[in-house]
Amino acid sequence: MTEILLILLGIGMVGAAIMAVHLKNLVAAAVAGGIVSLFASVIYVVLAAPDVAMTEAAIGAGLSMAIFLYAIKKTREKEVEHD
Amino acid sequence: MIKRAIALIVALLMVWIMFDMLVNWNAPNDLSGVAREYVEKEPTQLGAVNVVTAIVVTYRGFDTLGEVTVLFLAATGVAVLLSRRKKEPKQGKKKYRPASEFLKTGTHLLSPFIVMFGAYIFLNGHLSPGGGFQGGAVIASGVLFLFLVFPDFKLNHLALNWLESTAGASYVLVGILGLLLAAGFLDNRFLPLGHYGTLLSAGAIPVIYTLIGLKVGTELSGILENLKD
Amino acid sequence: MKLMIGFAILTMGVGIWGLLTRRNLIKIVLSLSIAETGLQVLMVSIGYIKGRTAPILDSAVGITDAVHKVVDPVPQALVLTAIVIGVAVDALMLSYVIRLFAKKKSLDISDYRDMKW
Repeated sequence: MTEILLILLGIGMVGAAIMAVHLKNLVAAAVAGGIVSLFASVIYVVLAAPDVAMTEAAIGAGLSMAIFLYAIKKTREKEVEHD
Repeated sequence: MIKRAIALIVALLMVWIMFDMLVNWNAPNDLSGVAREYVEKEPTQLGAVNVVTAIVVTYRGFDTLGEVTVLFLAATGVAVLLSRRKKEPKQGKKKYRPASEFLKTGTHLLSPFIVMFGAYIFLNGHLSPGGGFQGGAVIASGVLFLFLVFPDFKLNHLALNWLESTAGASYVLVGILGLLLAAGFLDNRFLPLGHYGTLLSAGAIPVIYTLIGLKVGTELSGILENLKD
Repeated sequence: MKLMIGFAILTMGVGIWGLLTRRNLIKIVLSLSIAETGLQVLMVSIGYIKGRTAPILDSAVGITDAVHKVVDPVPQALVLTAIVIGVAVDALMLSYVIRLFAKKKSLDISDYRDMKW
């Protein structure tokens, strides 16, 4: 049972990584990077490492994705008009 | 086209190096070496229930000191690179549409609980999964929550700097106290080991992890504020 | 366990390939972050022993027989440090990208040729 779960999670992680590298839309790529961290966090729980799972969920899937989204916001071409 | 082929070959070369480990490595059946000694000797020597916490804080405490230093350097680098230049004229502040009433009330209710949860995580680092880094990251997530809902929310920089500096200096001070009163730098036995499994046990490990939690939380909040602008 | 080592190696390969072929600066930093995540999964999955539980010696595991019941705690301690350092380095790299964009208004790495001879 654990084997099937780990195979599914592993396929999810590799699939999300491939999507993150290939997508043209930068916001979608950052979200895909967050999904990689989320799958890695669940893998850590199945591999009996709760400390590492908590750290990866809080830092990888939360703060790292937020940092990427802030950077994308600040490097976008400013074409919109302000009211 | 040729560049892509070279890139593919380099990536495959890296994967092939690691695949040798996949083929020739046999999964161990039992703990051996340093891990065996840590798990055997740790409850009587150090008194912490969580073995990973004991390794991070005492057995490998010097690595944690180096990591706190790297985090401090990165936060300082971000602050230096992204500090707001005073001479840039602000051409009309962007008027953000205020968040809805539901979101504002929900944030007012939830954010104290998130900060309290983060403090609970780093206070109980030696008893259950958790510790300073996790608690600090949860506190920074609470602050990120406030940044997203209230666009004009600003942190008090003076208080943040004082808190971070005091926590960092106290961490090294606790290490030196371990050197003077116990067996070595960052030894936790200069405080009594207490009853196994209670909150006030494991010597100085809760003190060290509290200081690390405060420092990491304030540093990550500082990084987020500099990036948010 | 070997299954997770295989998946972690694939993730690292995807990250390194993205690092070498992408031209957008933010994509490059994102690929490096994905490669770091793959490496951390590799390190934790080396310490896993089949049928054992997490290294927390509370009343369920017991102190005396713990050596036969827990997984290896040393790789977990090392990965804990690696995750925090990874996010700090990512933040610093992204602030460099923001400053480069503010100067030249381009996120394509072929436009930054000042140091090529």
